[in-house]
Amino acid sequence: MATELIKNDTTELFEEYKYGFHDEAKPAFSTGKGLTREIVAQISEMKNEPGWMTDFRLKSYEIFVSKPIPWWGDQKALGDIDFDDIQYYVRATDAVQQQDWDKVPDDVRKTFDKLGIPEAERKFLGGVSAQYDSEVVYHNIRKDLDNLGVFFCDMDTAVRDHPEIVKKYFGTVIPPGDNKFAALNSAVWSGGSFAWIPKGVKVDTPLQAYFRINSANMGQFERTLLITEENASMHYIEGCTAPKFSASSLHSAVVELIAMDGGSIRYTTIQNWYRNIFNLVTKRAKAYRNATVQWVDGNIGSRLTMKYPAIYLMGEGARGEVLSMAFGGSGQHQDAGAKVIHAAPNTTSIITNKSVSAHGGKTTYRGLVEVMPGAVGTKTRVKCDALIMDDVSASDTLPVMKINEQHSTVEHEASVSKVGEEQIFYAMSRGLSEDEAVGMIVNGFFDFFVKELPMEYAVELNRLVKMEMEGAVG
Amino acid sequence: MEKGLIVRDLRVSVESKEILKGIDLTVEPGRVHALMGPNGSGKSTLSFALTGHPKYAITGGTATLDGTHLLALAPHERARAGLFLSFQYPAAIPGVSVANFLRTARTALRPDDVLPPAKFKKLVTEKMQLLGMETAMISRYVNDGFSGGEKKRLEMLQMAVFSPRYAILDETDSGLDVDALRAVGESVNAVRSANSETGLLVITHYPRILQYLHPDRVHVMMDGRIVKEGAADLAERIERDGYDPIREEVAGGVA
Repeated sequence: MATELIKNDTTELFEEYKYGFHDEAKPAFSTGKGLTREIVAQISEMKNEPGWMTDFRLKSYEIFVSKPIPWWGDQKALGDIDFDDIQYYVRATDAVQQQDWDKVPDDVRKTFDKLGIPEAERKFLGGVSAQYDSEVVYHNIRKDLDNLGVFFCDMDTAVRDHPEIVKKYFGTVIPPGDNKFAALNSAVWSGGSFAWIPKGVKVDTPLQAYFRINSANMGQFERTLLITEENASMHYIEGCTAPKFSASSLHSAVVELIAMDGGSIRYTTIQNWYRNIFNLVTKRAKAYRNATVQWVDGNIGSRLTMKYPAIYLMGEGARGEVLSMAFGGSGQHQDAGAKVIHAAPNTTSIITNKSVSAHGGKTTYRGLVEVMPGAVGTKTRVKCDALIMDDVSASDTLPVMKINEQHSTVEHEASVSKVGEEQIFYAMSRGLSEDEAVGMIVNGFFDFFVKELPMEYAVELNRLVKMEMEGAVG
Repeated sequence: MEKGLIVRDLRVSVESKEILKGIDLTVEPGRVHALMGPNGSGKSTLSFALTGHPKYAITGGTATLDGTHLLALAPHERARAGLFLSFQYPAAIPGVSVANFLRTARTALRPDDVLPPAKFKKLVTEKMQLLGMETAMISRYVNDGFSGGEKKRLEMLQMAVFSPRYAILDETDSGLDVDALRAVGESVNAVRSANSETGLLVITHYPRILQYLHPDRVHVMMDGRIVKEGAADLAERIERDGYDPIREEVAGGVA
């Protein structure tokens, strides 16, 4: 049993993962490859959406068609995306949404068993929202969340059940015209999480969702919208992993966070996409007066990741933090960073980024800190460190600071280093093989990030890093 | 099987320059051997060559640890065979706690005797008490921001926790003030008393630390060769007269 395998020996899980696993889940409905106005309308129709959402999608489709791919970034990899060779909507099963784990169809459940969801749920879940292909098939909300008046569901359900809140906030942080991939997501989005925490409510247990791609050439365009009203707080966690398949695949999510006055949102994610996936994600938050937003963002895997979690500090006293790690292995480019806009006085931000490149992989830190005129008393600190494991790997640091207000404090430090021969020898002289030594050193390098994760994620990340580091030096 | 850390006619080059020109040395189980010699005589080269540092090329000779041939093994295999080096300049590993490091290493070194967390913690706490160390060190990152004395104490703690068959202490006394030196000297003795079978090779430039360690045997190295051996009184003689008389003696002996 896969479940038992997880419980008893997680190592085996990761060894299996190493080669990718791919269950024979039969998609029940798909729009086929390529994207037209008709397909966009069809997606909306399939979902029984209200007219305003259909209009939003169609308008977004026009923007997607008219916008070029970004002129910056990894042009070679971006040029390899064949938009006509991607399936934009797949529904895994016709089964209606399940609250009860036992009723989730077998092949779907097996896939999630491999990911350890039941285990994770048992340990510390507030609620599980598990996305399979483009549709949410398993959804469980704890009773006390209901009692608190919290809405936590998938985005499709939210459009149906909470249209007033969705209409008010959807697309307000990241409008469809923001960039080509945001426009694409806005046109074809499916699944993703919606959470709304009412005024003054503090949700202590993390809200969780798991995502996974499991159909060749299938794009995943989840849409997440998290809102904390005044003085409300939440911690949202999303883990990603993907099975092996051959053709290039596109993942392009849009995540919008809104923390109203005194609210706080912490968004934690580890993404571990298979190495053929383009992971082009737009994540942005708005933090109002005395609100706090934290992005904790881990990137492993994918062919190309472009992701710069952003925070707009809109109100006085707002705080933002972006804590991120990236691992670029063979044939991979992690182009990740952060963006913080100080648009109000006495706002503070901290950006910490650590990246490792190995086996010919590449990492890029791309960051922007902007202090608007009048944002007096602003404090910002940026720290990015890159570790390069061998002579065929590379790292770039591209920090941009636009400081338009003199009365602000700006700190920036960056370092690029090669893994130390003396460190490796020291650890080997204590009985660790070279791979084990390198794994330990790299995990140490990422410790600042792992410390911020719940235990299970921390263990998983440590294992993944060790696995990725095998044969990294020499 | 011949017991001991036995080095025969060992020749070692660094960047094509021969540093060790045929070393013969035997460290016996449970004994303290002092390896003394002036700066640049090749003492540290011997410790790195025996533990397998990739920069040191073996060009001839043999080294066995209780019968196991060391020189064909990778560094971690030598460690698993029972060889420990207390580094003169141990590397820092930021982000890795002392506790995590000790546990990972001990598990690698003694796969047949992996301790459950509670027992492991007890072992480490005991050894820290034995060495008079603050247990707060356990959660610090390995050698990261450590003072010279703290680094040496951590090396001693590792030796105590791993209980190797043979340990090389490379200039464990260097860079320490008198108090730190005494503390480290006492640490070594404490470890010795708990691991009476461990054979020690104490490499030192100055005889100071030997006040605490009382070597059973003293070997003097000059220019890549062992030029003189004797009992503890040889160290006392070096302390009194320096290396010059021995150097002259060796030169005279050749003539």
